[in-house]
Amino acid sequence: MRLALTPAVEAAVTVDLASSSLRELNAALHKLAPDTTEAYWKIANPAGRHALAAGLDAPVTVEIDGPVGYYCAGMNKQARVIVNGNAGVGVGENMMSGFIHVKGDASQSAGATGNGGLLVIDGNASARCGISMKGIDIVVKGSVGHLSAFMGQAGTLTVLGDAGEALGDSLYEAKLFVRGSVAGLGADCVEKEMREEHKALLAAKLEAAGLLGAVDIGEFRRYGSARTLYHFHVDNVSNY
Amino acid sequence: MCGIVGLFLKNPKLEPELGAMLAQMLDVMCDRGPDSAGFAVYGSGTPGLVKLTLRGPAGTDFAKIGTAIGHPVMPRDTHAVLSVSASEEAGVRAALARIAPEVRVVGTGSRMELYKEVGLPADVARRFGLEGMSGTHAIGHTRMATESAVTTDGAHPFSTGPDQCLVHNGSLSNHAGVRRQLAREGVRVNTENDSEVAAAYLTYRIAQGDTLGEALTHSLDDLDGFYTFVVGTESGFGVLRDPIACKPAVMAETDDYVAFGSEYRALAGLPGISSARLFEPEPAKVYFWDRAA
Repeated sequence: MRLALTPAVEAAVTVDLASSSLRELNAALHKLAPDTTEAYWKIANPAGRHALAAGLDAPVTVEIDGPVGYYCAGMNKQARVIVNGNAGVGVGENMMSGFIHVKGDASQSAGATGNGGLLVIDGNASARCGISMKGIDIVVKGSVGHLSAFMGQAGTLTVLGDAGEALGDSLYEAKLFVRGSVAGLGADCVEKEMREEHKALLAAKLEAAGLLGAVDIGEFRRYGSARTLYHFHVDNVSNY
Repeated sequence: MCGIVGLFLKNPKLEPELGAMLAQMLDVMCDRGPDSAGFAVYGSGTPGLVKLTLRGPAGTDFAKIGTAIGHPVMPRDTHAVLSVSASEEAGVRAALARIAPEVRVVGTGSRMELYKEVGLPADVARRFGLEGMSGTHAIGHTRMATESAVTTDGAHPFSTGPDQCLVHNGSLSNHAGVRRQLAREGVRVNTENDSEVAAAYLTYRIAQGDTLGEALTHSLDDLDGFYTFVVGTESGFGVLRDPIACKPAVMAETDDYVAFGSEYRALAGLPGISSARLFEPEPAKVYFWDRAA
C-alpha cells in the first residue's frame, strides 16, 4: 500500500491513516532529509494510534488532526508536532529538541526523560508529567497529576493550574513553576524564593509557549530541590 | 498488560447496538491481551426469573441437558443461558450437578449474561455472537495472563454475586492474604486468579451492607497492588484505579453513553466520539454511573 500523498494546502503532504498505514507514515517521516521540501505534513484520522510521528529528526511540521495514543512524537529531534486532540501516555517521551503542542489533554508521563525542546499542553496532564526530565521545557496550561517532575534532573516544568501530590519527589535540578495550588511536595522538594533571574527564566518559557502577557508572572511560585538526597545518607533512608 | 472496555448506555435507542459496539471495542484491545477474553452483558430480564449462565466443555449438548432438567436453555458455543424462577434455582442447580457435573454456573442475576473463553478476543466475541446482543450496559476484558494460568477459569469477567461482575487490569500483591481473610468469613473463591479475589471482596463488602461505591472505597484500603477495575451491577457500572494509577484508563461521556477503554483506540469507533467529553479517571477516585439515578 502506498501513502496517499495529496497536496491539501500548498506544500503540505496529507496522509489519511484511515487508508494509509502508520508504519509507512513513520517510515516516510524518518526518511526526510534536513533540507527536505516536504516540510509540512497533515495527518488525518489518527484514531489514538501509538508511536505516531515518533523518532523524527528533521526540521518539519507534522500536524495531527485528532487524538493520539502512546508515545506520540517520542524521541523527537528538530520537528514541530501539533496534536489537535488528546495525547496518550508518554507524549514527547525522551524528546531531544523541537516543539510539541498538544491542544487537548495529555495522559501520564508527558515529556518523560526529555532532554530538550519544548512541550506545550493546552489542557491537563496526568500523573508523572516530566518524570526524570533532563533538560526539556514543559508548559501545561491546565493542571498536572501526582508525582510530576519525579526525579527531574534539568529543564523547567511550568504549570498554570494546580499540581497533584508529591510534586518534584526526589528532584535534582529541574525548576518547577506552579501558579495554582500544590497538593503536596515530594521528598526533598521545597518551595524556593522567586528571584529576578527566575522571573526572567519563567518569562522566557512563557514567551516560547506564546503565553507572555497572558498570565501574571507574580502569581507563580517556584519549587526546587533541597539537595539533601544527592548522596546517600543513612539518616535520609526513609525518604528514598 | 490486559485490555478493559466498558459501555453504559444512557440513550435506550442504542440498546440494540450494545453488543456490536462492545465487540468492536474488544476487537481493538486484542493486542493488549491475546490469551483469553470475556464479557458480561446486561440484557433484558423477566421479573421473577433468574438467569443462570452455564459453561461446559466444547461439544456440551445443552439442549439435552435442558430436556433432562425440564428447562429450555439457550446455547451459545460453550455457554448457555437458562432462566428459572427464584424458588426453582436451588433445585435446578442440584439437578445440573447430578446430570451434568462438568457444567458450571459462571454467572447469575436477573439481567446479566457472562461469556468467556481462551483464545483471541476477536474470535471469542465472534463465537458467542456478541455483535448481535442488546442491553443497557456491558463490560469486557482481553487478558494477558500474569498471576495465574491461561485457562477459561482464569479469564475475566469474574462474577461472585448476582448481577455483579468485575474486570481487572493489573496485579494484586496481597491477594493471598485477602483470600484467606475472605475464607475465614466463609467466602469461597473458585480460582487461583487474583482478580476473582477482588470480585469476591466487593461482593463480600456489599453483602455486609456497603453500596458499590462504599465497597470500592474500602478496596482502596484493603487491596494492594496495581489495578484498574471496571465493575458491573444490575443497574450500573463503576470504575476505580489504584492510588498510583499505574494502569492506563480513558473515558468518554456523551448524552448517549459513558464508555471506558484501556486506550483511546478502543473508543475511537464509537458514535459521536469526536464531540465526547474525554477524560482520564483520577487515581483513587470512585466513578459510578447508575441507570436508576
